[in-house]
Amino acid sequence: VVAEIAISDPAVAVRDGPPAAIGRPDFQIVPRAGLPIVVVVLGLLIAGIAINELWPLEFLHVVGGAAWTIIDLFLGFVLGPIIGRLSIPARVELTTRLMPKMVLIMPTAVTVTLAAGWQLANRLGTVQSSYHLHGWVVASYIVVGVMAVIALGLLEPANIAVLVELKKPQPNPRVIERLMKRFIYTAGATGLMQIATLVIMTKLASG
Amino acid sequence: MNERRLPPVTQVGMTSLALIVAGGIYLAAHIPNHVPLGPAIALLGASALLLVGNIAALARVQGFPWGRFFEIARWALLAYLIIAGMIEYAFLRDHLSGGPLVVLTLSLVVFAVHVPVLIGFTVARYDTSVGALPGAV
Repeated sequence: VVAEIAISDPAVAVRDGPPAAIGRPDFQIVPRAGLPIVVVVLGLLIAGIAINELWPLEFLHVVGGAAWTIIDLFLGFVLGPIIGRLSIPARVELTTRLMPKMVLIMPTAVTVTLAAGWQLANRLGTVQSSYHLHGWVVASYIVVGVMAVIALGLLEPANIAVLVELKKPQPNPRVIERLMKRFIYTAGATGLMQIATLVIMTKLASG
Repeated sequence: MNERRLPPVTQVGMTSLALIVAGGIYLAAHIPNHVPLGPAIALLGASALLLVGNIAALARVQGFPWGRFFEIARWALLAYLIIAGMIEYAFLRDHLSGGPLVVLTLSLVVFAVHVPVLIGFTVARYDTSVGALPGAV
């Protein structure tokens, strides 16, 4: 389903007459079809923590962490620069297809990674201050903390706001561009911090 | 793009979240030793004050599109209450109790309220529907 929306750029309107209508796919800000998957994943997380066995916790932490890391790096360093060079209609189409999925994927991946990681570290005893790599563990808390503040304060609000703007009959391209820039820059910043996470996690895994 | 005159809600919100995170790291870094709760309580108190200040500053903005704000913030609140509930469950599962549990639970409350405020604010500041102040466009 493709809806016709008018992109209201006053400069374009003055120069070329009424704002051009641009096709954008109809979309839901929170894709309802994805909610059952989120419920299942969170259910697995609760079960994993309740069972408190090594393999389920390790599985959830590694899978969630891999998804989180790869998406951040890919968005920040691969997709971000590409989106920046796309035409406005192409950018609108990509945004309406990509961002609703991010609304579900990222909070779920982050919650699973952190909750399973904390439980795993508890089980392995690596959260204890007597652990010989305690400094590295605290460093991981700090890196995750900084990423969380950036993601919660800048990235997630920009994600939602750009989707709400795109839902309007006349989205403002400058608002979208501004919010998308914010989204891509913050994804890049957290992508950089993910490199620090990889260094720390491989060090902890190596002992 | 003219900017609507708005208080620095995002910056204050991020500072508040950073204080919560710092308190959490402080407590987590001392496990299982006895942790003096003073610094964590101070960080939590400062974070909560920033939350109250943020909401108060926003409430003073005339013509702020509260309808749009609450339309978004209530769903975000639901989502972040679920996430906070998951984290609280992990704390209880690990038999956390006493002062650290109280401090971390209250920290989760601040987190679960402040993030939806930031999301609702970011959406509402660009709202141009009837009744909203002209500004973002």
